Amino acid sequence: MDTPFAITLGVGTSRANHTGSWRVERPVYVDRLPPCNNACPAGENIQGWLYEAESGNYEAAWRKLVEENPLPSIMGRVCFHPCETACNRVQVDEAVGINAVERFLGDLAIEKGWQLPDPGPDTSKRILVVGAGPAGLSATYHLRLLGHQVRLVDSAERLGGMMRYGIPAYRLPRAILDAEIDRVIAMGVDVALNHVVHDIEEERSAGGFDAVFLAVGAQLGKRVNIPAGDSSKIVDAVSFLHQVAHDDPPLLGRRVVVYGGGDTAFDAARTARRLGATDAVIVYRRNRERMGASGEEFEQALGEGVTVRWLSTVNKFEGDHIVLEKMQLNDEGFPESTGEFEELDADSLVLALGQDTDLSLLDHAQDVTVEDGAVSVETSMMAGASGIFAGGDAVPADRTATVAVGHGKRAAHGIDDYVMGRAPDVKQRHELATFERLNTWYYADAPRTKRPELEKIRRQTNFEEVVGGLTEDNALFEARRCLSCGNCFECDNCFGVCPDNAVIKLGTGERYEFDYDFCKGCGICVKECPCGAIEMVPERI
Amino acid sequence: MTRQPVHFYQVGSFAVGNRLLDADDRTVQSNRDRTNSIDSGHRACQGCGEALGARYALDAAMRATNGQVVAVNATGCLEVFSTPYPETSWRIPWLHSLFGNAPAVATGVAAALRVKGKHDVRVVAQAGDGGTVDIGFGALSGMFERNDDVLFICYDNEGYMNTGVQRSAATPPAARTATTDAVGPEPGNVFGTGKDLPRIAMAHDIPYVATATVADLHDLERKVERAMEIRGARYLHVLVPCPLGWGSASNDTIHIARLAKESGLFPVFEAENGKVTSVSPIRRRVPVEEYLSIQRRYGHLFGKSPRPDIVARIQEMANDNIARYGLVDEDVEAKEITD
Repeated sequence: MDTPFAITLGVGTSRANHTGSWRVERPVYVDRLPPCNNACPAGENIQGWLYEAESGNYEAAWRKLVEENPLPSIMGRVCFHPCETACNRVQVDEAVGINAVERFLGDLAIEKGWQLPDPGPDTSKRILVVGAGPAGLSATYHLRLLGHQVRLVDSAERLGGMMRYGIPAYRLPRAILDAEIDRVIAMGVDVALNHVVHDIEEERSAGGFDAVFLAVGAQLGKRVNIPAGDSSKIVDAVSFLHQVAHDDPPLLGRRVVVYGGGDTAFDAARTARRLGATDAVIVYRRNRERMGASGEEFEQALGEGVTVRWLSTVNKFEGDHIVLEKMQLNDEGFPESTGEFEELDADSLVLALGQDTDLSLLDHAQDVTVEDGAVSVETSMMAGASGIFAGGDAVPADRTATVAVGHGKRAAHGIDDYVMGRAPDVKQRHELATFERLNTWYYADAPRTKRPELEKIRRQTNFEEVVGGLTEDNALFEARRCLSCGNCFECDNCFGVCPDNAVIKLGTGERYEFDYDFCKGCGICVKECPCGAIEMVPERI
Repeated sequence: MTRQPVHFYQVGSFAVGNRLLDADDRTVQSNRDRTNSIDSGHRACQGCGEALGARYALDAAMRATNGQVVAVNATGCLEVFSTPYPETSWRIPWLHSLFGNAPAVATGVAAALRVKGKHDVRVVAQAGDGGTVDIGFGALSGMFERNDDVLFICYDNEGYMNTGVQRSAATPPAARTATTDAVGPEPGNVFGTGKDLPRIAMAHDIPYVATATVADLHDLERKVERAMEIRGARYLHVLVPCPLGWGSASNDTIHIARLAKESGLFPVFEAENGKVTSVSPIRRRVPVEEYLSIQRRYGHLFGKSPRPDIVARIQEMANDNIARYGLVDEDVEAKEITD
């Protein structure tokens, strides 16, 4: 070999030296389950659609969103967003306004006329969906995606269920509701309205359906026996809201008392204010901490002049006043009588004490168990082995639109497995992406964007929407507050911080790869990964 | 020259890359085509801050000069772990002579290039803190004084690490090294000695002096870029934590550099012609304890017989830095309190 003077060896690269052999632990890329996705009752891939929205690719974001939930504009208004409660960003500043971005995407889709995906190839299986509320519509959508034929029946005049007849228009404008429902129906659905199903087995065999999804909701307001004079006006909240939705509101007078502490109670009180009540008083037997209604709705109601009598029950209703009994909470947090009474002027009393389900259509069904007024179901949402599935308010679960949407999706997949004769596919869930796994140093400081609220005074008297939407700027900003917990968002940190150049960048959308020939296992990439998408595992020797 | 940080882009400009930023605003290190001036297979310890700092700085210099860089290296870790004959990790023209003469060799290279008319080829000299503040100090001061066209980069890991962790004039007070044992009433290195080289460099009134850490890549790259825009003697002092000598976890290297800056112990600033022109304000201030307690070289200040008095003296040093350079943005602090 020809080498210069005093040089005996040719110069070579250090790459011959495989320093990876020093390693006792190796880094590996992982995907973890973001807490928002984990908390979403509709099973949305929130982190996934926020990722698209962050780059301003709103259509891709919306398409990702409707893979799971066909009603984003509605959800962006009525969902109680457990995703935001679970959001890791809470521990940095404030939760990401996921709900607001969802609404922005949903509204944009309506404005731009984006359509849902085409139905899947026809399987010639026929499914009967009873009830066109959120559960029924969600099931219909997913069943159509899977290629099944759907007949959707509802006893009401119009589609939407409780979203139309229970949720007041100031929370959910009807144009939005119609637009999102129409989009599902446009996938090709055989719809029958004003159609009451009396016997599910009869209906099923008459139509030759392969499976049935029951999403009949809980339409019956619970009554309690309250001693009352002849002239005392008592209505239940469900009927009251239903009548308002029908443009036929009952006359409740100027002083309205609502009995109950759930969202429906607040909907009723706020609606009463809009119909001209000067006093809308909620009477609730427990305290604020134990109230069922969402904090947001509570704050908005107070802002509109609704007042609350905590720790009180309605004893009797005589003429123009109600007698309340004061309560106190015992050690277990249950309200107990105190024997103290007080009077409250009232023209009418609205009962918002919960709802019951009318399940008489199941009287002749085989193998279906009804317990405490709800249908027992398996994880696939099947009620017994007979191809009858159920979801929404008719099964034991939280009674919210989002839970119903999740039921609809799960039932659709359960029905698909059932009619196609497949064993259910058990999906492995990723490990949860907890806050401790994040390196929050890297995230820019950014406070949350608040949706503008209509001036209080304006919303007391009309049914205009109370909570406004985000502008594009705000929505983009809000989406970019996402920490992308547990899922690589290609920030290049691992690629940059490796002292041994042992991370290979594969290019946009392709993420990275470790070069284990040279990785010494120092673990800096793990420590400096903002979103916790790398972990160290012991090296197998 | 302070660059406006990019807000509201998820990671803003804190992370190495950001898919939402324009390509021009991304770091050199986020680019797949970066030079990788120092290649894989080098023999630095796990989690070496110096290997990282050297790649950051030289890759940035390579981009700033369109690849026209000659590097001169003093003896030290960086030289030993990168170039055990006949192997080398350097993918750029690289020259090593002796421990103490790197500034003089760099001066010579710059002169030779000037004579040959190669004005586009730039010279970067690099050394550890030993080669800079102790052994190469005379030559370096001469290079500054003559205003030779060299960017001199000191990778400061606060001691002689590859020879077995001996004290240098950059070793901080109270730190334990092989030559400053943690014994007696004043354990570890003594207070009141050592050299603050960035300020000594500023006293030469050279065109550009800056400090940086491996924890803020955007800042480090911008300073190298700025240095390469200027002709004459320039000095960049980069803090590079050393897991071996500091007794820290190998995965903590960047974290510790960040704490050094956020506690105020290592002020990050830049100066032109002897005057400070910008400082990197502290973003999330931490007490020095947070920085000290995760390094075994300060282990004798904590544990069974803790020395809160010494920790308090170190905190004083941090407070002095904060006051001297204005590292805490008073307006921001006041605003946080009223919020």
